[in-house]
Amino acid sequence: MSNTPAPEAATDTLPSAEPAPTLHGHPLTDSFGQSVVHVARSSYVALIKQLADDGYVMAIDLCGVDYLTHPGRALPEGFVPERFEVVVNLLDIEHRRRLRVRVQIPADDATCPTLFDLHPGTEAMEREAYDMFGISFANHPDPTRILMPEDWDGHPLRKDYEVGVIPVQFSADYVQNAPRAEETSAWQ
Amino acid sequence: MAVIDETQAGLLHQTGEGHQEMRPRSELSAKELLREVGAVLRMSEAEAAQYAAGTGDNEYHDDQTMIINMGPQHPSTHGVLRLMLELQGETVLRCKPIIGYLHTGMEKTGETLTYMQGGTNVTRMDYVSPLNNELVFSLAVEKLLGIDGDIPERAVWMRMLLSELNRMSSHLLFMATNGMDLGAVSMMLYGWREREEVLRFFQKVTGLRMNHNFIRPGGLAADLPAGWRDDVLAILDMLPPRLAEYDVLMTGQPIWRDRLQGVGVITAQEAMALGATGPILRSTGLAWDLRRDIPYLRYDEVEFDVIVGTYGDCFDRFAIRLNEIRESMKIVRQVLDRMPSGDYRIQNKKVTPPPRARIDESMEALIHHFKIFTEGFKVPEGEVYVAIESPRGEIGCYIASDGSAKPYRMHVRAPSFVNIQTLPHMMRNCLVADAVAIISSVDPVLGEVDR
Repeated sequence: MSNTPAPEAATDTLPSAEPAPTLHGHPLTDSFGQSVVHVARSSYVALIKQLADDGYVMAIDLCGVDYLTHPGRALPEGFVPERFEVVVNLLDIEHRRRLRVRVQIPADDATCPTLFDLHPGTEAMEREAYDMFGISFANHPDPTRILMPEDWDGHPLRKDYEVGVIPVQFSADYVQNAPRAEETSAWQ
Repeated sequence: MAVIDETQAGLLHQTGEGHQEMRPRSELSAKELLREVGAVLRMSEAEAAQYAAGTGDNEYHDDQTMIINMGPQHPSTHGVLRLMLELQGETVLRCKPIIGYLHTGMEKTGETLTYMQGGTNVTRMDYVSPLNNELVFSLAVEKLLGIDGDIPERAVWMRMLLSELNRMSSHLLFMATNGMDLGAVSMMLYGWREREEVLRFFQKVTGLRMNHNFIRPGGLAADLPAGWRDDVLAILDMLPPRLAEYDVLMTGQPIWRDRLQGVGVITAQEAMALGATGPILRSTGLAWDLRRDIPYLRYDEVEFDVIVGTYGDCFDRFAIRLNEIRESMKIVRQVLDRMPSGDYRIQNKKVTPPPRARIDESMEALIHHFKIFTEGFKVPEGEVYVAIESPRGEIGCYIASDGSAKPYRMHVRAPSFVNIQTLPHMMRNCLVADAVAIISSVDPVLGEVDR
């Protein structure tokens, strides 16, 4: 939560000779043959809306990523790598193509606008991203935890979440303190 | 633990943003209520205004309705799905699925396992079609490694064979559970019986009936055993008369049709908006099958039909799955004809361990084997999303790699997780008995929903 990644790690992966490809004014990159568009948080919903008009009618997947321990990743010019990222995979059924949208979410203000009004199917996915990463989705209709119990402390998929600290109820201590002797004598 | 002390209450305030459970109408604002009944998708603006004003469809008060739990231990919820239903008499007014009872943090576990070990983890998500989970994970890793074009032909066709047989076994299990949920209890035995034959074949090939970890990055774990062709042919010969029996027992039977036709209707628009894929999307008449539309493996070289429905009801979803078994059999026959000879895994020293016999004679092979199984192989930095058609819809795997031997982030887009979002919409104003049919027709696997 505290360490913001170093901004100099942002490198332009595209060849500088030709102008970088864009989509609706947002930089478009290629990741292993798949199209990825990077967008600022402020124009995220507007872009998804434009893309929905272009034919990307299904938001097939939405997930969070916590880049706490891997800050230096390649992003197009003008994008500062932040701790969190929201990754949306869109599907165009008519033209049979996919597009990935990546949004940088800073750690000190881990909020993101919701896509619920455009794609109601993202409801559960955004709840999962909130549950696992603590990214709040503004105006989400049901911003509760989905997989963890509602009184759970912390967000498990964060990189600084400690694993294995939940006390086990049936530990050796518990067995020792249990009224063993009476029980066994009763059986005899 | 009914008493919540102060620290716990404070914790609740900090970490939860509210209760997951369905709340009574009196506690909800009109807007929240509208969302819960699916007004975003179903109602015209005039109807919504009427509803929000508490007239028309919404003239109920708390004392007229009852909120009940269905599950998590209800036998027809296919595991530990919990639905909270608001009932008025026998009519379901609202429904809210509450999940997470089977959550074991598999995505977190995936970050601690190497790419070599990752298959053991993902195969346990959708435990009814484990080979499809392994396949999508392997395809994603291969794409990151840049070897997705170099997989030997035999490995590719073997993957298709196993994937289709797994689709058959998964749909056969659906036939069994769907029959059981609707009272055709003998169907349950038949479905399990036929599925057993496929599982026996899997056991012969992979050594395990479920959770095979057989499809791995770079190929498969082993070649097909001697006599595999006869076993597959025996399954293909056994099934058609049994499927004809299913038609007699279910498809053409008036009670069965009455229970399913017109129940749980969803339109193509709604299904797409909710992200539903697989048989749910196809039941609306939209022919969308990744095997045909965005082909992977060699699905573009085999002949098969994409089965679609017309009405988007439970009967269409049943009929689609029944006929997809037949289509899968068609594909399996073509795979049998075209199965090439060759290697079952890529001979790339980076990802492929040396053959067992080499370890006995070569120190280098032993070291190589040791390194691959202790450290794993490093995968280039980057992120990739790969999706295939599982029996339940689009299963996708998103992997972000930081260049080490373990995925930095491994996310699985589970079809059941998204598909159960359609339940509240399909169930609105249906009967409780139909609710069982609707859950069954979505065919959720809770291991995959909760991961």
